[in-house]
Amino acid sequence: MSTTATRPAEPAGAVPSRSRRAAAGSTIRRSLPAVGILVALAAIWEAVSHWFGVPDYVLPSLDRIWSTGVADWPGTLASATWVTTQEVLLGFLLSVTVAILLAFALHSSRVVRNAVYPLLIGSQAVPVVVIAPVLAIIFGYTITPKLIVVALICFFPIVVNTIDGLGSVDPDLLKVMRTLYGGRWATLRRVEAPAALPSMFSGLRIAATYAPIGAVFGEYAGSQNGLGYVMVQAIPQLETDLVFAAIFILTVEAILLFIAVSVLERIVCPWAREGKR
Amino acid sequence: MVSTSGSPVGKGVPLPTHEHADGAPAPGWSRGGAAGTGLVLDGVARRFGQTVAVSGVHLEVPLHGRLTIVGPSGCGKSTLLGMICGLDEPDEGRITVLDADTAEGRLRRCAWMPQRDLLLPWRDVLGNAALALENQGIRRHAAREQVAHLVERFGLAGFEERLPHQLSGGMRQRVSFLRTLVAGKEVLLLDEPFGALDSITRADLQQWLRSALDAEPRTTVLVTHDVEEALLIGERVAVMSARPGRIVAQFDVDLPQTGSRRELIRHPEFTELRDEILSLLEAVT
Repeated sequence: MSTTATRPAEPAGAVPSRSRRAAAGSTIRRSLPAVGILVALAAIWEAVSHWFGVPDYVLPSLDRIWSTGVADWPGTLASATWVTTQEVLLGFLLSVTVAILLAFALHSSRVVRNAVYPLLIGSQAVPVVVIAPVLAIIFGYTITPKLIVVALICFFPIVVNTIDGLGSVDPDLLKVMRTLYGGRWATLRRVEAPAALPSMFSGLRIAATYAPIGAVFGEYAGSQNGLGYVMVQAIPQLETDLVFAAIFILTVEAILLFIAVSVLERIVCPWAREGKR
Repeated sequence: MVSTSGSPVGKGVPLPTHEHADGAPAPGWSRGGAAGTGLVLDGVARRFGQTVAVSGVHLEVPLHGRLTIVGPSGCGKSTLLGMICGLDEPDEGRITVLDADTAEGRLRRCAWMPQRDLLLPWRDVLGNAALALENQGIRRHAAREQVAHLVERFGLAGFEERLPHQLSGGMRQRVSFLRTLVAGKEVLLLDEPFGALDSITRADLQQWLRSALDAEPRTTVLVTHDVEEALLIGERVAVMSARPGRIVAQFDVDLPQTGSRRELIRHPEFTELRDEILSLLEAVT
């Protein structure tokens, strides 16, 4: 009875809710393949760990990882996650700031570009795993060496993509700007910088996925807390389930950061979505 | 350097009339009205490596005169406009725009509009139109207000806050033209402004440009490969040959000032001129 009673009210106000429902439906449909693969992988994982007699210290089962994660959350994982999250976010911000300043400097002066670009490329060959302990020696077990490691790992894709974006402006448009009283500063501010935003965001999205790795490298080199620290402690004791729990938290963090950057991109440059899909 | 005798340009300041070097006002073309020299090209040549793009070009446009240059693709028309504009310097010869013959001086007096609209995709119609004012240091809000009253005349009323990708090709080109005009320059250089449009929109905008220039006369040079467009817009049509680009002939267009595009195109004098120019173009390419 109740279904027939509510039905007459539907047509009038149904349009927005129905379109919203359709949008939600399409989101679900789009994420279906990703969910499917995840479920399949989880099933294989469970099957291997349960039925093939793989010892827990080699490959703990997912349910065991989950229960360890839940059990250790209040004692160790929560505070470790908080520490690592701070390092990831602050390091990411630091790298974004440095990278964008560098990109502008490199864009505006050929001399600077020629002088600094080889250094930037060279910096990517520096083995961060080796440099991290040195930084820990210099700065102690503070947050500083972690931020530097995160920034070192993240800044390169941002710099390169931002420079490409700044240089992507149509040469005719630059000429038009000159005829419209546009000096260098006006052109940079009103044309080149906005034009660089979409490709800068591409760099940011790549960097977002690197940031958690950077934090863990930093913590491996010397720390008193954090997910990397938890792993360093857990591995010698063969607490593989705790290691995996920490890895999953890091994974989620990377995905969330990636999504946050994508959302920010949609807000900051809505025009750039035109022509994409 | 900035020429010292510079006239006040920009910001819509009324322009003084410029007189010939010998003091005698040059005869304006068919429309009459303002007297003086808009721009002079004297033996202009430009080479790119071994290629001679433009050679021995002599042209003169009276103040508020409209010259159209017609020629085959790649004949150096755009190169010529770039040099007049001050974005490029000729290898030989001299270009004088109003009283300026340095590249920087010319750049201050010329507005240039290329074939593609090149609007900023992140700025709405008002924002794009106000670009030149903001570049001159006028605050964003004030600049938008200044251009707001022009929008209607350009057939863009109601679209002030649309982004370029929400506009049709013809509207985008009108925004681009508005942006060019708002710079308040005395000389307009239009490089195939309607080249990227479909033929219906194109005809529409040709008519519209004619009336816009009648309402607000500027010294105009329009470059095109469309003979009809050249005759519709220009008071004088210069025909250019392909590589090296030379001016092979100039025609004065003396058509009734009023009348729609369709009437003009059927006018016997129009068709005669068009055929003459077309056969000349065939001969030089």
